[in-house]
Amino acid sequence: MADRMADRTLTPVHPLADRWARLAAVEDGTAGALRLELEAPVAAVDLRVDPRGTGPDAVAAAVGGPLPSAPDTWTAHPTGIAVRLGPDEWLLTSTTADPEEWEFHVDETAAAHGGMAVDVSAQRTSVRVLGAAARDLLAFGCALDLRPAAFPRGRCAQTLLGQAAVLLVAHAVDDLQIVVRSSFAGYVADWLVDAAADSRS
Amino acid sequence: MQLIACPWCGPREETEFSYGGQAHVAYPEHPASLTDEQWAHFVFFRDNPKGPFAERWVHAAGCRRWFTAVRDTRTHQFIGPSELTS
Ligand SMILES: [Zn+2]
Repeated sequence: MADRMADRTLTPVHPLADRWARLAAVEDGTAGALRLELEAPVAAVDLRVDPRGTGPDAVAAAVGGPLPSAPDTWTAHPTGIAVRLGPDEWLLTSTTADPEEWEFHVDETAAAHGGMAVDVSAQRTSVRVLGAAARDLLAFGCALDLRPAAFPRGRCAQTLLGQAAVLLVAHAVDDLQIVVRSSFAGYVADWLVDAAADSRS
Repeated sequence: MQLIACPWCGPREETEFSYGGQAHVAYPEHPASLTDEQWAHFVFFRDNPKGPFAERWVHAAGCRRWFTAVRDTRTHQFIGPSELTS
């Protein structure tokens, strides 16, 4: 009984932990043209602030890098990325901050300029699609023009992959990140494995 | 199937959008003073033109913004630019 009482620590589990082996097997199946990697969970906040006010610049100074100004673009700051989700909405991630700290840090600054930031770390998870066939694979289920010239590093898009709403982030010609709601992540992972199998035949 | 021009994201596949009914339906200034019939007209009655119709659309699978667009009800084609409005 005492042992059971002691065993109540909650340990975070990646929403796709049970699919890790199937995702990893894609690399062998495609002779290295495709690699699917789970990203470690990051701290993330949803920032809402008036784009015409002083808020965006203040938050940029607080996180140490500029916020993206154009629609469908992202920028890097020292510990993560900032994604423009809408006219007055950004997603800010940090690989080093604790989620509560990150929310407090961004919200404190945003609130001083009439905005707000909310912790959404548990909302999404992320899969990295790497390799020469990465863009062809996504094109199977995404209507966007994903050719490198149309979707270069620095671009991102909220769109549909198969039936799931995802955020696509372009890191390089052969490196794209899929950010997806945790509850849809299993579907997207299965879709990727399935599409990878189709792409070989 | 067609591309719909989201005022924020640009042209996107029609499947990313959801329809929100007639645009420019003003909320009554004094809702409590309306008769049941007037209230029913506000809630349920909409124009049904044959031709251009100003409508609310939301980019549901994208930026999630609502906007107003004009669509020709005879051809289902979108006409002219759409605008972001709250
Ligand atoms: Zn949009």
